[in-house]
Amino acid sequence: MAISQDRIRNFCIIAHIDHGKSTLADRLLEFTGTLTKREMQEQVLDTMELEKERGITIKMQAVRLIYKDKSGQEYMLNIIDTPGHVDFTYEVSRSLAACEGALLVVDASQGIEAQTLANVYLALEHDLEIIPVINKIDLPSAEPDRVKQEIEDVIGLDASDAVLASAKTGRGVEEILEQIVKKIPPPGGNDKNPLKALIFDSNYDSYKGVIPYIRVKEGTIKKGMQIRMMATGAQFEVTEVGIFRPAPTVVDELKAGQVGFIAASIKNVKECRVGDTITDAHRPADKPLPGYKKATPMVFCGLYPVENANYDSLRDALEKLSLNDASLVYEPETSDALGFGFRCGFLGLLHMEIIQERLEREYRLEIITTAPSVVYHVYTTGGGMVQVENPSKMPGAGEVERVEEPFVKATIMVPKDYVGAVMELCQNRRGIFKNMEYMGMTRVMLTYELPLAEIIFDFFDQLKSSTRGYASLDYEMSGYRETNLVKMDILVNNEPLDALSCITHRDKAYQRGRALVRKMRKLIPRHHFEIPIQAAIGNKIIARETVRALRKDVLAKCYGGDVTRKRKLLEKQKEGKKRMKQVGSVEVPQEAFMAVLSVDDDE
Amino acid sequence: MDIGLYIHVPFCLQKCRYCDFVSYPYNKDDARSYLQALEREMQYYARRLTPGRRVSTVFIGGGTPTVLETGDLTKLLENARRYFQWSEDAEVTVEANPGTINKHKLYMLHQMGVNRLSLGVQAYQSRLLNLLGRVHDYRQVLQGVSAARQVGFNNLNLDLIFGIPGQSLKDWQESLAMLADLQPEHLACYSLQLEEGTPLAAAVERGEVTPCREELELKMYNKLIDFLTARGYRHYEISNFSKPGCQCRHNLLYWHNGEYLGLGPAAHSHLDMQRWSNTASIRQYTGQVLKNVPPVTERHKLTKKDVMIETAFMGLRLLQGLDRNEFYRRFGQRITDVWPEEVKKLCHQGLLELTDTHLRLTGKGLRLANLVFREFV
Repeated sequence: MAISQDRIRNFCIIAHIDHGKSTLADRLLEFTGTLTKREMQEQVLDTMELEKERGITIKMQAVRLIYKDKSGQEYMLNIIDTPGHVDFTYEVSRSLAACEGALLVVDASQGIEAQTLANVYLALEHDLEIIPVINKIDLPSAEPDRVKQEIEDVIGLDASDAVLASAKTGRGVEEILEQIVKKIPPPGGNDKNPLKALIFDSNYDSYKGVIPYIRVKEGTIKKGMQIRMMATGAQFEVTEVGIFRPAPTVVDELKAGQVGFIAASIKNVKECRVGDTITDAHRPADKPLPGYKKATPMVFCGLYPVENANYDSLRDALEKLSLNDASLVYEPETSDALGFGFRCGFLGLLHMEIIQERLEREYRLEIITTAPSVVYHVYTTGGGMVQVENPSKMPGAGEVERVEEPFVKATIMVPKDYVGAVMELCQNRRGIFKNMEYMGMTRVMLTYELPLAEIIFDFFDQLKSSTRGYASLDYEMSGYRETNLVKMDILVNNEPLDALSCITHRDKAYQRGRALVRKMRKLIPRHHFEIPIQAAIGNKIIARETVRALRKDVLAKCYGGDVTRKRKLLEKQKEGKKRMKQVGSVEVPQEAFMAVLSVDDDE
Repeated sequence: MDIGLYIHVPFCLQKCRYCDFVSYPYNKDDARSYLQALEREMQYYARRLTPGRRVSTVFIGGGTPTVLETGDLTKLLENARRYFQWSEDAEVTVEANPGTINKHKLYMLHQMGVNRLSLGVQAYQSRLLNLLGRVHDYRQVLQGVSAARQVGFNNLNLDLIFGIPGQSLKDWQESLAMLADLQPEHLACYSLQLEEGTPLAAAVERGEVTPCREELELKMYNKLIDFLTARGYRHYEISNFSKPGCQCRHNLLYWHNGEYLGLGPAAHSHLDMQRWSNTASIRQYTGQVLKNVPPVTERHKLTKKDVMIETAFMGLRLLQGLDRNEFYRRFGQRITDVWPEEVKKLCHQGLLELTDTHLRLTGKGLRLANLVFREFV
């Protein structure tokens, strides 16, 4: 089935969570006969169980469709799936780089959201042809005209040809396909040139190793070729070339303009990073494709097994997960309170939560997670700079000259009634106001500079709850700034609990310290002795609470020989105890280690 | 080995507001069908009990056994004696509510071989009795005790409760003094537990009554021990006190993790390495028994480890503690080898102490017994 290069269309779908991307992808597969209705699973592009639950796409896929247009011409369409969350901006940019066009799917009642906008801008930067699709027009609350207007006002795109669609009923699907073949340009490149293939994603197969998903930009890749990763320098022999239809299907070769996967016995995803360029080892390209960046973790936290005996299992699980996820980093760490564990780095909070859940679900590990931290740049009086990603590793106050923390540029879109609430929230989170812009009549786009540390503490939930769920958020790193930060320790029974140390702004330390010890008092069960809980900056105690001693705890009644019930009661207590960590002579429940996260400063 | 026999009488005139035991409002018809079923259950087990196993303690509890008419009660006792072989010196206890007894009933009980009477007194003050939902007053307690003595009971237990919402330390002292004056051979003094689903717990939940503070409850407990030991009572279990030689043998059987057969709705049994409990529903109970099906809802086999665990946390309730040699004789393992870390830690924390012969709760451990017991499960 030879389809010439000028009849290839590579595109992705840009959409906010829940705006119907996966359903639309399903319809395209169904309409083109790539999958029959019977074969169709619910939303084939989202494969992982977790993705289905959270309704977001974590790993991208690239599916090839064959579409015969109204004039009877056959086209090869490659849908490149993109993750829809702010943590994965870099991955999104790589998948955009693999396309010539994008479907912009906007919910007909919700309108454009912050992440959609961010991704559209990314797509425009990559010169993609954008086809607006207004989805869910079958809903009674649909306002296609308002949304069209919004697309024109906010993005500046001509929306007069926007497809009115309902991925649910299948309406508009054919028109989308027609616009794809008419408007999106065919890929460039020459299949005779030295090989340049962009890795825009990868997967891990326990038999074949890392499977890079690639877009061939120049040249041809086929089985038996010696290839080299231009950034990492690693070399491999191609053992398999294939495409997704959507099941993996082996093909002879992939030529300039085409999308698919290869297998090359790649053991570790670190040798095959997203964004890298694959070239022919014997006839290398002179320079790689632009845009490669090593994903840097932004958020760190400690992961510890609940049972110390499970340390090795946790290490094995992290190793396996990182085979498939180049942005997950980890290294061994020891905590006085929690024992042996790992400090892990993630792209963002969502990435962190996903990894935690996968460890618990797929590897059946019970883990304690410490509060997340950003990476601080600590300039010491000695003249050096240390990167501190674990608050307990902060040098002593005497050695610190200044501390810088990462800031982000945050874009928040919100209906105008909630502007006040959002501004107040940003103000409370040490935000620096940058810009406010009306988008049409009803919605406002706010731009703030915010410390990343403030965003990872519950910001998104607060934003959602203060705007009844209407606000959407996107952010990108905007560099480091010096701020007045101090390290705050929490002492339980006069011993510092290293896992609870945090770095906080001096102005907020007292408030936060008070809230934290109060929360800890509620979480730590009473013991047979009194337990002071203190917050301290250096040697100075800034807040104190006391867990009163337990004086009497007896099951008084012994009646009618019901020993079983008594025993069950004791077992229940014991079970609760098991999930606690022994810190000195105090048993601290797991929730306490996450307490820092959900402390409400006003509490 | 001799066993204990427990018979649950699941009827009361009116349910107390703190009580979560199984009991139904008394009426003649239900009582008749219950008694009929009970006799069938006795027959059932009488045929199956290993011959030669004698009953050394009998405990008729409830509910309120004495809501039954005198004739019914004597019939019940007759049956219990007919179907099971009692040892000559069997301890036979009947629980009684002071509002449901008269001299004639007590006389008949004594005639039938009941040699221990347990009266639920709970408090001296009428306002506290009302709050608890008791159907009697203190005057009836006095009458009951005097009648019991007159008909010949020389082993009398009184139940008392402390930590009642609104009860002051003075109230408690007063209750203790009044009761000690009656010179019972035995006193069982429990701290009130607010059991989920009881009207009293609900009232606390709604904020209508304020529960007793832990500190006050502790003071009451300390007062209890001081007061009764000064009056010649021996504190032999967390909540139990007796004159020398008058410990409750039936309850000792529980605390020594001995074997017993429980009959009647919601009764519990421990026999031949098994524990089981009867259904709490009186309809289900009578229905099943009359069809010759044991009315059991939950049954499980015990492993040696189970028995060791239960022996440990039940035995530690006794002030003398667990007999280390006895434990070794029974299980072939030393208690300090089965729970080395736990015993060490608890001793270090001052909750347990190890003597040459026993492992026992300290004074502090007595008050925090749950912290100790849970280490053994």
